[in-house]
This record gives sequence, structure tokens and C-alpha cells, in this order.
Amino acid sequence: MTNTRTGSVTNFDAWKHAYAARAANLSVSEVRALFSVVSRPEVVSLAGGMPDVSALNEKLIEDAFKSLMANRRNYALQYGGGQGDLRLREQIQEIMALDGVQGSVEDLMITTGSQHALELLADLFLDQGDVVLVEAPSYVGAVGIFRHKEAHIEHVFTDDEGISPEALAEAADRMIQQGRKVKLLYLVPNFANPSGVTLTAERRVKVLEVCRERGILVIEDNPYGLLYFDKQPPKALRSIDDEGVVYLGSFSKILSPGLRVGYVLAPPAIREKLVLANESAILSPATFAQMLISEYLSITDWQGQIQTYRDLYKTKRDAALEALQQYLPRVKTTRPEGGFFLWLTLPEGVNSKEMLPLAVNELVAYTPGTAFYGDGRGANNIRVCYSHPTADNVKVGIKRLSNVVNLQLDLLDTFGGKE
Amino acid sequence: MPSVLILAGGISHERDVSLKSGRRVADALIDAGASVEIREPDSELIGHLMAARPDVVWSTLHGSVGEDGSLQDLLKLAHIPFVGSDSDGARLAWNKPAAKVILRRHGVQTPESITLPKSTFRELNAESVLALIATELSFPLIVKPAKSGSAQGVSKVENAQQFAKAMVDAFVYCDQVLIERFIAGTELAVSVVDLGFGPRALPAVEIEPISGQFGYQERYVPGETTYYVPARLRPSELERAAEVALLAHNALRLRHLSRVDMIVDAEGTPWFLEANVTPGMTETSLFPQSIVAEGESLAEAYLSIAQAALRS
Repeated sequence: MTNTRTGSVTNFDAWKHAYAARAANLSVSEVRALFSVVSRPEVVSLAGGMPDVSALNEKLIEDAFKSLMANRRNYALQYGGGQGDLRLREQIQEIMALDGVQGSVEDLMITTGSQHALELLADLFLDQGDVVLVEAPSYVGAVGIFRHKEAHIEHVFTDDEGISPEALAEAADRMIQQGRKVKLLYLVPNFANPSGVTLTAERRVKVLEVCRERGILVIEDNPYGLLYFDKQPPKALRSIDDEGVVYLGSFSKILSPGLRVGYVLAPPAIREKLVLANESAILSPATFAQMLISEYLSITDWQGQIQTYRDLYKTKRDAALEALQQYLPRVKTTRPEGGFFLWLTLPEGVNSKEMLPLAVNELVAYTPGTAFYGDGRGANNIRVCYSHPTADNVKVGIKRLSNVVNLQLDLLDTFGGKE
Repeated sequence: MPSVLILAGGISHERDVSLKSGRRVADALIDAGASVEIREPDSELIGHLMAARPDVVWSTLHGSVGEDGSLQDLLKLAHIPFVGSDSDGARLAWNKPAAKVILRRHGVQTPESITLPKSTFRELNAESVLALIATELSFPLIVKPAKSGSAQGVSKVENAQQFAKAMVDAFVYCDQVLIERFIAGTELAVSVVDLGFGPRALPAVEIEPISGQFGYQERYVPGETTYYVPARLRPSELERAAEVALLAHNALRLRHLSRVDMIVDAEGTPWFLEANVTPGMTETSLFPQSIVAEGESLAEAYLSIAQAALRS
């Protein structure tokens, strides 16, 4: 054996001692590694919540791009203001009005996707241990942000009519009695990610009452509201209460996530702090993307494009439900009236995260239910996203998923369930 | 300078690790002045190989396609030189139970074990089979897929309550599961390089995971494991570990490079666990640590390996 020159000791992270404590909440996982196969064309991905941008009429984008370069090129390539482009904010007023939301351009701010708005809000409101009330299950991106802020995430009972106002009041009071500060309620009220469920009009009123009485700020995240199939969802919570609700919107689902443009409508005092925080974090949202969207909204039939998306996603939702009926008839599913997602409940004992390796073998990907909880629940749930694959591939994916579930059930039968 | 086609990615549980390994090998070879292309194994690969005819193929594919000998057979058929073991060696090393049998026949200690397919548990009543294994091998036990890598599906089982879950976790990766007696001691990886002049053991890397078990997170997240190179063992123990690595490399008929994982117990005895024909090459992997510890740059070392493959 060759002699070594010198001995060495390493853990490959010379700065491990220096990280902030909250950095411990940022780590890669085996599940993330398994997701790497999603990029292979052989794999049907029912995992990522991606829109089908192939259905976006490319002429509309080309026209918007040409118009932008011809008319506003120098502005589009320059820094912008921290609050975002005024003309785009005026156009967003029109979009929000479709959900019944009225708001001043002064109270609107453009963000780098609505995820960025959520990050800014969490940073603004949450100290370590503060409580955020969320649906059960809740959006994985929100759970991640709240966890990173070291908040206490309290899931509130949610059924086919959305979050339960009674359970919300009970959870808030219980947290308050424990001496905790309950700061925020985070909701995706329309065709929720991940459940696909829509909060009923009656419950919207009650939820707002519960929060108003207890001084809890509501964050209403509404990326899917315009993507209804047959019937428009109830009016936004923000349309009922403009002081107690911060409203988030996005162009990611109705246009393109590649542009990374979202927006936030907030009461003036909060908006002022958000603008300062936005400027501190990124100086200004991407001007070019804002201008391109503004041109798109000015010169194209963008509402026609949204209708195209509605029709397409409805076809895919139908394909998913049909395939589930055929291949997994005993699995419980939600039946969304819009948006991208189905929420499946598998037989007790099945752990959807642990069976992911079987899914890799079967060439299908999905998101395990535990990703949508901050407390370890969701082991026997799966989020199925039907928006991105073709309708035929949605069926193929669900057929493969049924093989995965059956293989796992066979293993559990053999070994008598798990610990 | 040779033109090297690196194969990375693929459809396997270890795709992510493979991609990282491939990029690191590419970086080093480019530093050395080689012409490098990274490719996924896909439906157009064979046509591309036949048209481009690279001087050498270097596969960092993990999982069955890269390690079970099939890729090696195809490359041999196409008369394209490649880095690493030929199909016979790859098949022996990939099949962990078979490798253990061969090493035992060569007088090397390897933990007592049993390998069983899923069907055995289904037909003979899993509870009874597990009870028999627990009685005869006794806890703690290591349960792992018989053919897999990167510690995926591997569990340490301390008691009967954990056993069934560990079996399910392993069977999702492979239809055969290896159950072996746990050996307490120092966890070592000894890399071997063979440039055509006889295999050479590199300095042993000692692995000390913070969590106590060298799982997926501990392997690939910087900061989760402390590595000592060379291992903090007596010279005689290091020498014996190197002998076992070389013996494994030869007995399994491995070529160019390999990594042998073992445990050295309190008495200084090395216990063979497994041999890897496609060792990880990521920024936290064990093989590159051994190269650097020996005083070589990765660029020099990887170029030498590619040139050895060209001569093979």
C-alpha cells in the first residue's frame, strides 16, 4: 500500500459551525433524489404542479415580445421600481376583478412569483415559534417557508368543503391558551394545492369571522381561481374583507411559470413594509418579464387563452378520474372542479413515500402526501397532478401507479403491515 | 489526449448520484486536457456510440444498467474500450451475496447472512421466517437490497418490531434481500486502482457518520459525516484491510478501479461487506478522497485510468 503524504479529516463542509440555526431546516433528501428520474421522457410525471405550456398559443407570446421590443425595449431592459410596473398593476386590477377583488394599484406589488410574496410575508410576520394555521393538507411550498422561519405549523381539519371554521376556531383558541402567538392563516381557497378542494362561500364568511375575532391575518393564495371547469368558484375572501386579508395572485398558471411573476394585494401598512422588503431582497422584480406580460395582456386574447387552459385541464381531470375508477377503484379521491390536483387516500398502512422506489421502477412519479404536512401526517396520501402530461399519459401514469400500489399492498400483506 | 464519453444519469434510484459523479469525472478529465462528452443512456445512445466512436467510455451509471454487466457486454460487442470491470466482474460484484460467497472461499471474513426472495416470505409465512432468522443470526442485523447501492433501502434492525418494516423498505428496491449480522467496528472504504500493472490499494477512508449510520443523507450531504484519511487504525490493521481490498478486486476479477467496503472489528479483523465496480465520484464520495490522500490530483488520476482503459 502506498504511504499517504499527510492524514486528513474532513466533513466536506468547513462552515458547518457558522450556519444560522434555521439552516438546519434546509436539507436534501432521498425523495428529492428519486424525483431526479422525472426528467426522463419514459417517466410519466404526476408529481410537479406544472401547467401545460405547450397549450399556450405561441403566436400570442411572439406578438407580445415583438410589440415589447418595438415599443418599450429600453424600459424593459432597465431596472424598475420595487413595487413593480404601474401599467401591469393596473392590468392586474382587471384580472383580480374576475374573482370579485377590488384593490388600488397603490396596494398592489409585483413579486417574483407568488412564492416570493409568501416568503416576504413570512419574514415580515413570523418569529420563531409563532403559529401559522394552514389547511390539512397544505401547499408544500408554504409549509417549507413556514418551517424555514421556525414557525409552528398547525394543520386545521379540512374536508370536501374546505377548511372547517369550527376546527379553525378550536385550533386557534387552543394555541392561544398554550401561550402561543397565532399570527397567520394561510389558505388556497380555490382548487387547493394539493387537495383540489374549494372552500364554500358560507365557510369563507365564517373563516373570516374567526380570524377577525382573534386578530389573525389571512393570506389568501389564489393561483388557480380562474382555471375553473364549469362553474366559477365563490368570490375571493379579499372581496369580503379588505383589511384582514392579504391576497396573492400569479401568472404562473394562467400564462407561464417561466416568467416568474406574481403579485400581492395588501392593506396599505403591510404593503408599505412589503415594498421595502422587496427592494431590500431583490431591488425590483424582473422588468422584462413584467413588460412582456403587460404587452401580452394589452394586445392578445388572454381570456381566450385561459378558456383554452380550462378546457384542456378539464379533459385531463376527466381522464384521471376515469383511470382511477378503472385501475384503483377502491382508492378514495377528491373531485376538483378546477385547477391541477387530485388528492388520493390509499389503504391504511400504505406509505406513499416509502413506495417511491417502486414508482421509479414502474416509470411513474407522484408526490407523497407527507410533503404537504408539517407534522408527519399524509403517509397514505398521494397528490396526483394531471395538468402536465397528455390525457393519454395521465391514464398510463395512473395505470402504472396502480401497479405500484398493488406491489406495496402485496409487500404489506406478506409482512403483516408495518411497525 | 483521449476523447472520453461519460455515461451518467439513467433511470434508476441512483440517477441523481450518477449525474453528480459524471459531472465530477468530466471536470477532472477536462482539467487534464481530455475531450469529454457527457451523455444519458437513451434510445439513441448506441447509434451515437457507433457514429462518434469515442476513444473510451467511462460509465458512472449506478443501478442495474450500469453495474450488472449488461452495458459492459454491449460495449465489448461494439469494440469500444471502457473504464471499469468487464461484464463478469460487474455481475459478481453487483450481486452482493455472490461476492460474499467468493470472498469467504478466499478466506476473508464476511458477516454471516442469508439472502431471500420475496416469494419465500409469501409462501412460508413471513413471521416464521423472520423469527428463525432473528434466532439464528441474532440482532442487531443489517437488512439491504441484494442488488442496489448508495445505501438506499438499507436498515439496521435492533429488534423484532423493526424487522418487518426493514424488509418492506429493502424489497421496494430489489426482489431479493440480504440480511446479515451486524459487525461493530470501524467502517472503512478501500479504493483500488489498476492501471494495467497490478492493482494498488489507496489509503483507507474511515467513515464516522454523525447519526451513527452511513445512510443516504450521510453519504451525500456535506457536513453529515466525518472522514479520516488514512483511517485511524494501527498500521498492521490498515495493511490487512488493503490486502482484503486487493484480494476482493482480484477474486471478483475487477478492472481499473473499484471500492471495497468493510468493517474492522475491535480485534482488528476486516469483514468484507461489498465491492463496487462503479464507485461514487461525487464531491463527498470515497474514491476521490483516496486519490487526493495519495497525493495525486483527480485530473492526473482519472486521465491515467482512462488511458489504462484505452490500452486494455
